[in-house]
Amino acid sequence: MIEVQDLTKRYGETVAVRDLSFKVESGRIWGLLGPNAAGKTTTMRILTGYLPATDGRAAVAGFDVFDKTDAVKKSIGYLPENVPLYHDMTVAGYLGFVAEIKQVPKSRRKDAVARALRASGLEDVKGRLIKNISRGYKQRVGIAQAMIHDPQVLVLDEPTIGLDPAQIREIRELIRSLRGEHTILLSTHILPEVTQVCDGVVIINEGRLMASGSLKDLTATIEKRDGVVLKLRRVGAEETGLFRDLPGVRKVTVDGRELRVEWAPGLDLREDVARLALDKGLGLEEMRPVAMSIEDLYMKVVSGGLQQ
Amino acid sequence: MNNMWSIVKKEIRSYFSSPVAYVVLFAFTLIFGWMFYNLIMWFNSQAMQMAQNPYYAQQININQRVFSPLFGNMSLILVFLAPLMTMRLLAEEKKSGTDELLYTSPITVGQIVLGKYLAALILLAVMLGLTALLSVFVFAWGNPELAPWLTGYLGLFLMGSACIGIGLFYSSLTENQIVAGILTLLTLLLFFLLHWISSLGSGAWQGVVNYLAFSTHLEDMTMGILDTKDVVYYLSFSFFGLFLAHSVLQSRRWR
Repeated sequence: MIEVQDLTKRYGETVAVRDLSFKVESGRIWGLLGPNAAGKTTTMRILTGYLPATDGRAAVAGFDVFDKTDAVKKSIGYLPENVPLYHDMTVAGYLGFVAEIKQVPKSRRKDAVARALRASGLEDVKGRLIKNISRGYKQRVGIAQAMIHDPQVLVLDEPTIGLDPAQIREIRELIRSLRGEHTILLSTHILPEVTQVCDGVVIINEGRLMASGSLKDLTATIEKRDGVVLKLRRVGAEETGLFRDLPGVRKVTVDGRELRVEWAPGLDLREDVARLALDKGLGLEEMRPVAMSIEDLYMKVVSGGLQQ
Repeated sequence: MNNMWSIVKKEIRSYFSSPVAYVVLFAFTLIFGWMFYNLIMWFNSQAMQMAQNPYYAQQININQRVFSPLFGNMSLILVFLAPLMTMRLLAEEKKSGTDELLYTSPITVGQIVLGKYLAALILLAVMLGLTALLSVFVFAWGNPELAPWLTGYLGLFLMGSACIGIGLFYSSLTENQIVAGILTLLTLLLFFLLHWISSLGSGAWQGVVNYLAFSTHLEDMTMGILDTKDVVYYLSFSFFGLFLAHSVLQSRRWR
């Protein structure tokens, strides 16, 4: 549904995006991940036809972004980083205007506005001026605006930025409810958001592709270590030795009061480790698996430790 | 076409849901009313004196003595008010980021620029229309000629549309309304004052400078002379302004 190939964008001397290629399949939610100034917004602006690329190709919904810009604009809904709101309009009035310029036929415009208001939970504030509603509502108006013409593809630039935790959760649920009908590309630098909402990620840094693929595949390629992290009241050389002597254990590292016990792949020593800690009265406070999280993946990828 | 009307409607709504339209209309009609009253009073006292002499009484003409100077004065007021009407149009979209919505919608830059221009023209027509109501009294109690009155209004409208075209261009250049407004005002004043500057020179230069001046072309029209060269002069200003604004916005795509 979204295809990017060797995309490059230069602003004079600086290169914002460099030979970027990735693909998002229909009906999926894909996250575009990267530190600030990695080129996320530029990529999205190119996809939506706001900016031309210097080089490379991009296609949305089967239309080339550069040749068939108009068709792309019709099949894409876009929430820019700064939500584009007219503050002296009412919520419903604004959505009506957006429906007009997105060329929703007149007969369907009313329904489209009503549907967008309902889907984004804006019915209570539809008559209020946009300047008078809260930040969370403004963000929702932005999402409602992006989906008003029922586009196949939604491009959301940091949809949860600046919201409080409850609002973040609501927006995430809203986005998740759109899965299946819409193909969604969202950018973020909140990592848990990716695991909660997205099916896959594209990680970029300094305009370059660092990794891309479905979350499952990506974490599977890295998750080769097995082990647990223990938090103990008593940690010392003697205790470390106890764990090291357990059959199958490969490596034990200490970090403050936390002990990291890793074993050979294929084994499961969790119970043995726990029993040992209890039997020796080491004051076991916490025990959790060593898992390659999206955070580890991200840190590794962005710091250049992993190249695909 | 529909797209363009969406922009026109949005801008009209925006004019009237903010103080801009009301302030501009209030200022314009207030100043018009004050000047109109003074000119009529002055005309009355003159008419009284001249009525003593049958020869002069024949010559006194309300079109020449009231409307012509009135239109001339109002054109200067337009020069001051036009920047207020146009400075927001494109600058504000850029500043608030709403241009990103417009440019990622299936709507062309031409439709955006033309829509905004038409919206400002409609506000201009309302301004002039309100002042035209006052003239009804003159027609009810006096006997002015209709043709010079109509061409005078046409002249004001054309000059106003030229001002709007220029204002739109400056509004496309910057995201700062104040900068757009001041640059528009300076440019308009320059073209307005060329008339005075031309009187300092002589020969061909005087002709050229005089031709470029705003007021030269309005003068004929307030006298009831409708010349295509005056109409073309104002229309070309509008066209030029719109063309430049369009080019500026379009060039964003190639940076």
